[in-house]
Amino acid sequence: MAYPTNYRYTKEHEWIVLDGTTGTIGITDYAQNSLGDIVYVDAPKVGDAVTASQTFGSVESVKAVSDLYSPVTGTVTAVNEALKTAPDKINEAPHETWIIKVALSDPSEWEKLLDAAAYEAFVSEETGS
Amino acid sequence: MATDPVNPQTDAARRTTGKVRPHQTQNEGLVFEKSSPGKRGYKLPELDVPPVNVDELLGAAARKEKAQLPELSEIEIVRHFTRLSTWNYAIDLGMYPLGSCTMKYNPRVNEWVARIEGLAEAHPYRPDHLAQGQLQVIDLLQRCLIEITGMDAITLQPAAGAHGEFTGILLVRAWHESQGNARMKILIPDSAHGTNPATAAICGYEVENLKSNAEGGIDLEALERQVDGETAALMLTNPSTIGVFESQIHKIADILHAKGALLYMDGANMNALVGKTRPGDFGVDVMHLNLHKTFSTPHGGGGPGSGPVACKAFLEPFLPIPVLVKNEDGGMHWHYDRPQSVGRVRAFYGNTGMFIRALAYILANGPDGLRQTTEDAVLNANYIRKKLEDVYELPYKTPSMHEVVFSDKRQAAKGVKTGDIAKRLIDYGFHPYTVSFPMIVHGALMIEPTESESLEELDLFIEAMRAIAREVEETPELVKSAPHSTRVSRLDEVQAARKPVLRWRG
Amino acid sequence: MRYLPKSPAEREQMLAEIGARSIDDLFAVIPAEYRLTRDLDVPRQHAESEIIDYFRAAGARYTHKHTSFLGAGAYRHYRPILIDAMAQRGEFLTSYTPYQAEITQGTLQAIFEFQTMISELTGMDVANASMYDGSTGAAEAVLMAMRITGRHRAVVANTVHPEYREVLHTYLRYREMPTKLVACDPETGRVDLRALEAAVTEETAAVLIQSPNFFGMIEDIPVIADIAHKKGALLIVSIAEAVSLGVVRPPVEADIVSLEAQAFGVPLCYGGPYCGVIATKEQYLRQIPGRLVGQTVDRDGYRGFVLTLSTREQHIRREKATSNICTNQALVALMATIFLTIYGKEGMRELAEQNLAKAHYAAQALSAQPGAKLRFTGAPWFNEFVLYTEEDPAAWSQRLRSDRIVGGLDLHRWYPEMSNCTLWCATEIMPRERMDKTASLMAARPVEA
Repeated sequence: MAYPTNYRYTKEHEWIVLDGTTGTIGITDYAQNSLGDIVYVDAPKVGDAVTASQTFGSVESVKAVSDLYSPVTGTVTAVNEALKTAPDKINEAPHETWIIKVALSDPSEWEKLLDAAAYEAFVSEETGS
Repeated sequence: MATDPVNPQTDAARRTTGKVRPHQTQNEGLVFEKSSPGKRGYKLPELDVPPVNVDELLGAAARKEKAQLPELSEIEIVRHFTRLSTWNYAIDLGMYPLGSCTMKYNPRVNEWVARIEGLAEAHPYRPDHLAQGQLQVIDLLQRCLIEITGMDAITLQPAAGAHGEFTGILLVRAWHESQGNARMKILIPDSAHGTNPATAAICGYEVENLKSNAEGGIDLEALERQVDGETAALMLTNPSTIGVFESQIHKIADILHAKGALLYMDGANMNALVGKTRPGDFGVDVMHLNLHKTFSTPHGGGGPGSGPVACKAFLEPFLPIPVLVKNEDGGMHWHYDRPQSVGRVRAFYGNTGMFIRALAYILANGPDGLRQTTEDAVLNANYIRKKLEDVYELPYKTPSMHEVVFSDKRQAAKGVKTGDIAKRLIDYGFHPYTVSFPMIVHGALMIEPTESESLEELDLFIEAMRAIAREVEETPELVKSAPHSTRVSRLDEVQAARKPVLRWRG
Repeated sequence: MRYLPKSPAEREQMLAEIGARSIDDLFAVIPAEYRLTRDLDVPRQHAESEIIDYFRAAGARYTHKHTSFLGAGAYRHYRPILIDAMAQRGEFLTSYTPYQAEITQGTLQAIFEFQTMISELTGMDVANASMYDGSTGAAEAVLMAMRITGRHRAVVANTVHPEYREVLHTYLRYREMPTKLVACDPETGRVDLRALEAAVTEETAAVLIQSPNFFGMIEDIPVIADIAHKKGALLIVSIAEAVSLGVVRPPVEADIVSLEAQAFGVPLCYGGPYCGVIATKEQYLRQIPGRLVGQTVDRDGYRGFVLTLSTREQHIRREKATSNICTNQALVALMATIFLTIYGKEGMRELAEQNLAKAHYAAQALSAQPGAKLRFTGAPWFNEFVLYTEEDPAAWSQRLRSDRIVGGLDLHRWYPEMSNCTLWCATEIMPRERMDKTASLMAARPVEA
């Protein structure tokens, strides 16, 4: 699966896309693939603060749990409620299925994130392929 | 392909090595589905006191609607639970090589003596002078376990291994506090049981991971680097979860002790050591035992366990209350007034019923039997290792003790994982080994035969494992879709977790 | 050694195939200075008959012919024969934790039935597969409330079993979670509601009470729940005498129920193994500690059961797990399940009614004696009560023992302010004749010189 070029990525396999100063965050195809069937998403509440490189929740498969790391610092403005009943949407369309939206407090953080090419290089390094 | 290898009716799927033949187990619904109003499985004795009016006595606190429990006759209850039981594999049926879980024979006399009326019906608050029989049993077991571990003191209170870890780390913390600094972190090897880090966390410690060396053991240099004035203890499983004895154990203890840190031993694998060496002699300060592993008390589908904690003398003042003390007249009593104690970890005195069983096991063995048991367990594991190492990858070549850990590296190349091989083993009449643990071995097959297996059963197991290795080469789909012989086929764990159904609703 | 299935020749053959000269080769990895070269100093090998003789003698040091009025968290009820007949089947007894669902459906389905029955009895949505016991279950329930609310204080009634409170204290020792103890109303023996209201604040994670409480009194759950919920705290109800649920209204207003299921057909066995269980509302499911069994389907669509939601547990989440618990009390939970199946819907009610009748008869008979009275009045209670006697309990205990009767438990050990108060329990197995005899012995106070 191709990694959208208008997104930025973290080494913990989250993606973020920016609309003004609001970032939309999800996990990458690589992340969902290594987790397997996702059964539960533990997301923060609207109004919660998130910090760049800090955990803000977790995604779970049957036998694994993976922390979610925020690419940016800011305040949660929306949470994808659909994931409560259909977490499998992340498996089906990882790059279209967002988990939270965040109002960025420091938009310059965007610049520090990996672009699609850098992320892809990072992933192939990790998998040793 | 001419035939469909996934079809369970095919010869290949059905005909394994001949140990197994399908047999009839009647289908059986949930107990609630068999209920109908008015059926009875009980009869209470005639009431010899005046009946009472519940609503009058309890008022608003009275239960208005009866709980929706089933209504069945006695024969239906017998059949229900008997039928359910036939869907279980058990050590009584055959080899159960779950590594780290130590599925050994559970002697029947243990069950019998635990049900002797004067023991089974003893109330925990019966006055001490009327409980001398119980206290005598507890005292003898304590003395046996202290001797076996080479430690100085013990508490039998913890209800299971993880509960023992909790108690042991509380002792560690209390001792450090008494020295003026509780310290901040516990070192835990990456090969450890999951309970170790979980335990350290609930005792308020940070967990620091210790990477295993190339042999799967403790990396002494890394240990030396990581131990500092804030290290409270190292939690070490010895033999390790890959079944390897830490031959540098004394150096490990020295490194810790030089920095004022303690050595905690997870005694899950004590069955590899009993009668051959003693943790107390090789530098361990505190450890737990699993009576349901080493000392043959039954696992019962997941418990009860019992997790005594043995320690060196300097930790004794911190043991949970109460502790057993001898009177001048030779009798015994429970002692509560111990100001340095970490407190209580459960109500009453522990899983006394398990103490009785463990002691019965020790009595049945004696010193010679205990040693022979350990030797046979190690012999069996090494025999399996020898007979399978040409077909399954052995990631660590270090000598094995009571269990051997292979990896699925060769089979994974054919798309068959350790979990698949495990499921196929069921078709050959065996319980699977432990799958995907320890985490330092990718695709682990952790095999622990225990001493309870005869040469005949071991050979059948080896033959099954070799046959499966061949199937992986020839008909991998057959293995990947196993088991083919069970009442239910592979269950959908994803659905169970996504939409949890945890109770029946009529 | 009769448990070891190998002949000396087979051992030799195996060693040869391994390529070892002797068994010592396999232990060579243990440094020589740590090898044990002597026999362990434990009793010699015993024959089965000798083992039985040893334990029979231990059991006989106190004959079961005593009549006991002890309760206080461990209850003697009749245990139907079927319980052991079924639970001792090797397929249940000698099976491990059901990690391989296809060949452990028996254990899994039985636990699913257990979870259902406990949910039904307690009025909760879900229950787990069991905890070690009622004391550790209550402590884990408080930790669970802390995770749910994100708060770090607990309010505990002093009518919760004293040993449960001690265990809680140990569990919270390093959690920076102060607890506030609330005394009971001196008249009713129930938690002092005004004091409770004052103790619960916006920082309280949980209110922990027991009902029937340690003195046997049934707490006013709806009112207490209200007090807790008004401040956003959770209510945890601990139940030590599970048979009470046959006649006592389930604590439906609670958020978490921690039950000790020993009363459901589990032998007293001097304090364990027993069977704790945590039940809760659906919304708190992911914070529940311990194992859970869930229903699902196999590849062919047939119903089956698996261990589920295990990402909460230590083997996956390690130091971030909801608890370090691994082993639970599966076999004891099975005993409870069989017990509840035998008594069933009607029997549980009838059994609890008999307990109520016996205990109220005992209370009446004992409190009618000169110098004796019920310590608490004005509130409902189940099968335990506190008796005040003018005479020192040590004195009348002596008289009772001469007739092989163990009277009520002296409460002074835990409640120094309660002098001459003893806790009595009478279940369905208590004969009227023994209660009458006890009353008359209590009355037979020697005339003081």
